[in-house]
Amino acid sequence: MTASALALEGVSCTFVDKNDPAQRYTAVQGVTLTVGAGEFVSVVGPTGCGKSTLLNVGAGLLAPSSGSVSVFGLPLEGINRRAGYMFQTESLMPWRTALQNVMAGLEFRGAPDARAVAEDWLKRVGLGGFGDRYPHQLSGGMRKRTSLAQTLALDPDIILMDEPFSALDVQTRQLMENEVLALWAAKKKAVLFITHDLDEAIAMSDRVVVLSAGPASHPIGEFVIDLERPRDVAEVRTTPRFLELHNAIWNVLREEVLKGYRQQLAA
Amino acid sequence: MWKLIKPSAKNLRVWQVGVLVAVFAVWHALTKPGLLPNFVFENDRQAAFFFGEPLVIFSRIWAWFVTNADIYQHLWVTLIETVLAFGIGTLLGLGCGLWLALSPLAAAIADPYIKALNSMPRVILAPIFAVWFGLGIASKVALGVTLVFFIVFFNVYQGVKEVSPVVLANARMLGASHKQLLRHVYLPSATSWVFSSLHTSVGLAFVGAVVGEYLGSSRGVGYLILQAEGAFDINTVMAGILVLTAFALVLDAAVGRIEKRLMKWQPRSGETERL
Repeated sequence: MTASALALEGVSCTFVDKNDPAQRYTAVQGVTLTVGAGEFVSVVGPTGCGKSTLLNVGAGLLAPSSGSVSVFGLPLEGINRRAGYMFQTESLMPWRTALQNVMAGLEFRGAPDARAVAEDWLKRVGLGGFGDRYPHQLSGGMRKRTSLAQTLALDPDIILMDEPFSALDVQTRQLMENEVLALWAAKKKAVLFITHDLDEAIAMSDRVVVLSAGPASHPIGEFVIDLERPRDVAEVRTTPRFLELHNAIWNVLREEVLKGYRQQLAA
Repeated sequence: MWKLIKPSAKNLRVWQVGVLVAVFAVWHALTKPGLLPNFVFENDRQAAFFFGEPLVIFSRIWAWFVTNADIYQHLWVTLIETVLAFGIGTLLGLGCGLWLALSPLAAAIADPYIKALNSMPRVILAPIFAVWFGLGIASKVALGVTLVFFIVFFNVYQGVKEVSPVVLANARMLGASHKQLLRHVYLPSATSWVFSSLHTSVGLAFVGAVVGEYLGSSRGVGYLILQAEGAFDINTVMAGILVLTAFALVLDAAVGRIEKRLMKWQPRSGETERL
């Protein structure tokens, strides 16, 4: 059996308050999650359930309190060099132009033809003429595309995405989702996609993992999405199979969402 | 008539110049011997003695710049001192700020000393610097550096502390090494804070230079003022002050220019593209 692209085994993360060590919060507990090479896996769950924590563990930005992480069969130490990370919030360097931002990763790694590769990727995400703009001169959607180009330009084997489109309007969002699917289909990378939007998760993934409400959240359901590819995220939503899957997952998720909501109200 | 001269965005400059002219006119009226009856002083030369006369002051400035043309060497010395103090102070502040912000332990150890040095009235150091570095340029530069250093230092420190954690994590994920993080993330972020303090630090470098000259030197505009004071030549003192003020304004404008060029990545409100 070939090793998974990314495998989390029994991962738990407990955060301790710096000023008051008695205050601890266990975000995730005993999470086992694998992403096969070329597989598109989505993780859904109620807000505040530690989805981003899992992604940070997979990226190597956060060391788990217990459990292990392996990348293509090798244990992960420090930053995950084979992964690209697309953040939820603004992550572009404001002092670099769009082109320079896309070039950044290539420059850091000493790629010889950084400029040419970056220009090519900007064109691919439809920003060919915007290379000399600074992030503040771009719209939210354009900034997200730049982030996408920045991440993909490094040609990572694993792509981690943390609610990348949550800040976009519905139309832009569907466009971006289709773009990501097309780019993914062409290169067949392993993708770990975090979202709170079940529709988005089903429309894009091979597999959807449902997390329980926090604290100490853990996977409580896993669904294989057997919809045909290639998909159009807008059209696929109207197919009967999509609705069936949506109902099945929502039945598991609903209880957790309500639980998470009650906890937030009580806090 | 009032409609034409009413202050508005259009005739702003005219009004600004008007205020200046009015101030000098009143000054002239009150100090010119024999122009107005005395109402404060007994002697009609006393007002001119204490406050100077604008016309004499302007003729002195004219002589400095045109007929004698002997102020340039002094201005040049003051400029060199200001620029050196500013440059050295900024580099030191940038270096120390980056270093302390990135190594919390060193910052914790240095913290009380930094605070103590910053709260010390540093003008007091001028005589000590004069003893150490002599009466030439070096002692003035040293004084200016102590003033500029802390401004830049605190801004850089703040700038590094406030780097967006997401931008930082992103740069790390893109494969930046420690050195590259410093060069491509911390430094640009800190520079934006340095530039926000640039006007203040240039001003202080200038203050350091002039105060240093005033306390003991053989050249510079501060030296000219000191000389004139020794001879109770109030007109020359006033002329020196006017020249220094104009000089400071020019420096400030130059800084504004540089800032605009280097900080073009920063958003300005209501910016639209010009076609």
